[in-house]
Order: sequence, then structure tokens, then C-alpha cells
Amino acid sequence: MVEKFDIPTLPTYIEIPDIEKGAMKGDGPFKSSAEFQNPLGFPGEKVADWQTVAIAKMAELKSKYRSVQVFLDACVKCGACTDKCHYFLGSKDPKNMPVARQDLFRSVYRRHFTFAGKYFPKLVGAKDLDETMLDDWYNYFHQCSQCRRCSVFCPYGIDTAEISMAAREVLDTVGVGQKYCNQILGKATTVGNNLGLPEPALRDTLLDLEEEIEEETGIAIKYPLDVKGAEVLLVTPSADFFAEPHIDGLIGYGKVFHQDGVRWTMSSFASEGANFGMFIGSYDVMRKAALRIRKAALDLEVSRIMVGECGHAWRVAYGFWNTLTGVGAGATDVFGLKLQNQLDPRYSQPQHIIEYTHDLIKRGKLEFDKSVNDHRTVTFHDSCNIARASNMGGIPNGQFILPREVIKAVCNNFVDMARDTIMESTFCCGGGGGLLTDDLMEIRVKGAMPRMQALKAVEGSDNVDTLVAICAICKSQFSKVLPKFDFDPYMIVSVHQLVGEALIMDKPQIEEDLSATEVVG
Amino acid sequence: MSAISIFFTALFYLSLFVFLIGMARKIYQYWLTPTPLKIPIAPAPLTQTGVAMRIVREVVLFESLFKSNKWTWIFGWLFHVGLLLVLIRHLRYFWPGDLPEIFLLTQPFKYAAFAMVIGLVGLIGRRIFVERIRYISAPSDYLMLILLLVIGVSGVVMTFTNNHTDIIMVKEFASGLLILNWSNLPTEVYFLLHIFLAFILLLIFPISKLLHVPGVFFSPTLNQVDDSRKKRHISPWALKQEQGHAVRLEQALGKD
Repeated sequence: MVEKFDIPTLPTYIEIPDIEKGAMKGDGPFKSSAEFQNPLGFPGEKVADWQTVAIAKMAELKSKYRSVQVFLDACVKCGACTDKCHYFLGSKDPKNMPVARQDLFRSVYRRHFTFAGKYFPKLVGAKDLDETMLDDWYNYFHQCSQCRRCSVFCPYGIDTAEISMAAREVLDTVGVGQKYCNQILGKATTVGNNLGLPEPALRDTLLDLEEEIEEETGIAIKYPLDVKGAEVLLVTPSADFFAEPHIDGLIGYGKVFHQDGVRWTMSSFASEGANFGMFIGSYDVMRKAALRIRKAALDLEVSRIMVGECGHAWRVAYGFWNTLTGVGAGATDVFGLKLQNQLDPRYSQPQHIIEYTHDLIKRGKLEFDKSVNDHRTVTFHDSCNIARASNMGGIPNGQFILPREVIKAVCNNFVDMARDTIMESTFCCGGGGGLLTDDLMEIRVKGAMPRMQALKAVEGSDNVDTLVAICAICKSQFSKVLPKFDFDPYMIVSVHQLVGEALIMDKPQIEEDLSATEVVG
Repeated sequence: MSAISIFFTALFYLSLFVFLIGMARKIYQYWLTPTPLKIPIAPAPLTQTGVAMRIVREVVLFESLFKSNKWTWIFGWLFHVGLLLVLIRHLRYFWPGDLPEIFLLTQPFKYAAFAMVIGLVGLIGRRIFVERIRYISAPSDYLMLILLLVIGVSGVVMTFTNNHTDIIMVKEFASGLLILNWSNLPTEVYFLLHIFLAFILLLIFPISKLLHVPGVFFSPTLNQVDDSRKKRHISPWALKQEQGHAVRLEQALGKD
């Protein structure tokens, strides 16, 4: 059960709180069981010699990841990151300061792997990995959304997300996993999506959606599934199929595809853009999930792979797919070359749906009635994984520029929030990194405070009434937390909802039809 | 040679040995440890030149720290720049024989010692008085600053007060260390304290947080080019693992 807790009040500007030790102490999120642990290759319960196993895993991780090794050594405790984490600002718990969170891991590293820590533990703050420490790991590494805001401000670029991922992987290895992530990964790697939605159910859902849209607009917009030989494979977070406001974004994608006339499809085998393998820090699980998409692309013989509105999905797709599965370009190895020969080199692979729509707008392929969105004053929430771990359009800062240009193309009233809360300094929604579960509601609400404060400020100054995001987790999280801060829960919408609503659906649709006409004429 | 000179001579070589071997081992470790994934942090450069510029800005200007906290930045930057200038000026002591004229240019660098001391005092102050930073500080974090402060202040005392030491003797001792022509060192307490702690600093360099010096160059978030879609980036261990998967992938294709 979720206990009662105080919802932070929104200050006029963010003040750095005095620390409150143990404010977020607790047992952490629900623990996973054998049912969810074993299929991922993790023990079902805490192993007997867990300390030995954990230390061995730490040794392995620091030898496989330069990030972990360098970040554990390089921190000078300058304190630059201490006031940068939204969870610290919202909860006041000092262990939510990025450096203190890392130190839970670093103190054990020092004790077991460094000269100073072995012989002078007190002097350098080295600590043994005991029950208390393991509990703290489980609790506080599940109060990190791996948003990487701290890394932007660190003079050495130390990225708490890397440490948090490593710690979660150690926890999984000793059998102390998180239920939410591991249960979802089980579904994603067997059924093909996080919801566990099998092919027939997905097909029905899409048919229903087609009917609804046709009833509403009179246009037969299709949501093709498993169409072999389509040009574009769309991989989108499965929340887009069901959740509000996500589904209005999916309607938007469909309208844009329809208007462009491109032949596109989704895959029932790989019907999930999200990849929680990243959250638990497991290269192998993340790769397993990503390989489904590669297989779908090969089987469906598509030449382009496109990703829908999802934050960490885009980080995995943009940053990791080429590494994990060879989706991308510039491979020199057999594995990567196989797929890359099939993909169309004229487009970035994978491509973000925003890049696609943006390109169509630039080329004058889409026309909009911007006045449709005149009842709104819009602001854009940069989702952390997109803002700090990806790019769009191949231009510097494209990941900030392209979504804003798309919004401005379909909407007259756009205002940005304060500069130190957007772009590379954006505040996380509070629900990322595998925290989007009800058993973590307290930290989710508290962590949302800085973003809510920035939103409150533009609501006051510019009457902003619509918050736009391109991330499924952000959208779900905001729907839940907005009302806690006295905002309208329906003010959060997808970029492609705005696009879909303003798009004028009047162009001749299918290129084949055009050529057919010419032949007849 | 006096016993104390022998002691300091031995300590110098021990410290230098530990420093060189320790740093080489650490750098070798960082070099060999793979980066399995592309993780550059925004604003991430799209080119190798961009990355080089970024590292230069971080190392010379402390760009990220400037974005983060102006007080920590000003104290930290004053300290590091002061230390660098003072170190350059110290080269004259290690130069065997007559100094080339170029060393005249480094004469004013002695005032940099004040920047260094002011920076250190500021950093210690922050560590003590800012609650958040006090919370994250271990005893070694204070000791490191105190060590540097005592080195700095003892240097200032010798340079700017009537506690001058015999510079000729210092130069003979210091340059003798490099050309293996050992000699006695002055035995004023400020000087002995100064070089004792300086040698200790060298000694603990590879086993302390001073590893941030090589670390900043090896940090993947800072030194990676943001080009993951254009170029396949893969670590040796993942490539090896993949070869096994590739076979299974072939078998699985089109069979669901």
C-alpha cells in the first residue's frame, strides 16, 4: 500500500533545501520474485553468498565499463551536483544528492578495490557491503531516474545514471531485483511489448482505432500491422496503443503517414519501443529486447526504421541500437553490415518520428490550420533521455530545436519555461528510469516538484495551459502528478496530437493512385 | 650528506616511483577498459574537433563547474591556475646550471601563490560551512585541502617574509635529484615542511581522488563524439559475444 505523504508546495523559485537525513528512507519498490527474475537470467531470491557475488560483479562491471571505473575514481566531492537532482530538491534526503547516491556504491568500491579503502577505510569514507548498505542501494538506486542532469554540471562528466545502472545490475545478480522493471521485461522479451499484448489483441486495438478515426474525421487512416515490404517500420512505446494522452499522439503519427503517403507498418513481434533493459543496466537484456526489432525489420524487409514518441526508447535507439544490433550505419563487421545493406542510406537510421515530421514540414509536404490550436498556450518539456543523450536532425542541439520547430509550425502560442529548467538542464518528470510504478508514488511526486514549479511560473506569466512532451513515461507521470499540484491532468499532450489536430488532410494520398491516373489520362 | 638530506632524497625517489608507476597503471587501466556504449552528455559535440574543444574548455576553464556553481568555480579555478603558475616557476629549481632568460618571464608567477591559497581557503570554507558539502566530505577530503594549504602557505612564508631559505642550496639539491648529483638541502623548518608535504602529495596521487587529473581525459561522457547513428561503436567483449548470437539469429530468421 502507498502510505500518506506530504506533497511539496510549489515555491516561487527553487530554493536549495536544508538536508533532512533519512527523509526518504524505506524499503524501496516492490521486489521481484523468481517468476520474473529467472527468465532474465537472475536468481529468484537473494543468494546465500551474496556479498561475494556482489563484489565479483562489481569487479566485472568496472572492468567492462570505463565509465564505472573512471567515475568511481575521479570524484573530488566538490559538491557541484549536490543541488541538481530533482529528487533531492523535492525530498531533501541527502542520499538523493547525486554524489551521495554514487557514494553508496563508491564507498564499497573503495573498501574492496582501493589501497586507501582497504587500509584506511575511515579516512576515505570506505564502507563494507553489509545488509544495511545493500538495503540502501536498493532503496536509493530506485530513487534515481537516470536522467543525467547531474552529469551536465559535473566537471568530470560523472554520470550517476551509469553508477545507478551498475548498482541495479549488481542487485539483480544477487537476486534482489525490482518487480516493476523485471516483470515488464519478461513480457517485452517474450510477447513483444511491455503490456503483454499478443498479436490478435494488438490487431483488434488498431482496427478499433481505425474505425474511431474514420467515424470522427471521415478519413480511412490505416494502422498497418506486419505488412511485409512496407517502407517504414514504426516502433513506438506500447503505451501509445492504450494510454491517454498517448493514443492521440498515435493518431497524429497515422495522420502524418497518411498525408505523406508512405507505406508503413508496425510489427506484432516487436511492438514495443521502450527498452527497460537500460533501466536495470543489463547490456544483455537490453540487447535481447533490441534484437526483436532487428528481427522484425529483417523479416518485414523494411528500408527505414522509425521510433515514436518515447524518451529512453530514443536513447536506446539513437545511441545504442547501432552498437547492440547494427541498426544504423558505418558498420565494418558482418553482423552490422547485414541489416545496414537493407536500410535506405538516404535517411538516418533509426529516425525519430519528430525528424520525419519536421522534414516533411520543411519540404512543404504538410499544411496546417494553426488556428485549431489557438485555444492553447503551449510549453515544451524536454524529456531527459532525448535532451541529454540523443540528437535529432544531425545538427548541434537538434534534439531541442526540432521538436520546438514542429510545435511552432502547428501552434501559434508557444512559450519556453525558464532556461535552467529546459534543454540540457531540463528537470526530469520524476517518473523515468523504471520508477513509473505506484509503489514509488511518493518519490515520483516529490521529484516532480522542480518541473511543476517551472510550469507554475509560465502558467502565471504567460497563461500556459498545455504541457507538451515526446515521451510515454513523461506523459503517464504527468497525468498522475499534475493534479497533485493543482494542475489539470489533461493539460499534458503529445507533440503529434498537436500536429494531428492542425494537419489539413486534403492531399491525394497514395502515389500508386497518382501514377494510375496518369496512365488512364 | 647529512642524514636528513639522505632521508629527503630517498623520499623523493620513493614518491616519484610510486607516482610514476601508480599513474601509469591507472592510465593503462583506463585505456584498456572498454566503453561498450556511446554515452556522451549534452551538449554533445558531433565531431572529433568538437570533442577536443570541449575537453580543452573543461580542463582550462572548468566549463561545467562554471555552469554549476560560481563560488566553487572561482575558488577551484583560482587554486588550480595558481598551482599551475607556481609549479612552472618551480622549474628553475630543477634546472641544472645557469637559467635561460626565458625563466625571467616566470618571475611574477610567485604572486600566483596567493591565488592558490585564497582558492584553497575558499574551498575549505565551503566544505565546512555548506551543509550539503559537509555531508559528502570524508576526513581525507579535508586533509587533502589542508595538505595543499600548508604547502602553499609555507611557500608564501619563504617567498614573501623574512624566512627566506638558501635558494642556491635548494637549486643544487633539487636539480641534483634529477641529474643524480645529490647534495645537502637547507634545513629551515618551513622548507622541510614544504618539500615533505609536496613529496607526500606525489606519493598519494595515484591512490587518491587526485585521479581526477587523468580521469577528466578518460571520461566517456565528455570525450565521446555524438555519432552513434553514423558509425558503429562496439567494444571487444560485445563483439565476441555477438558472434555467438549472430549464428542463432540466422537460424531464427523468418521462423516465427
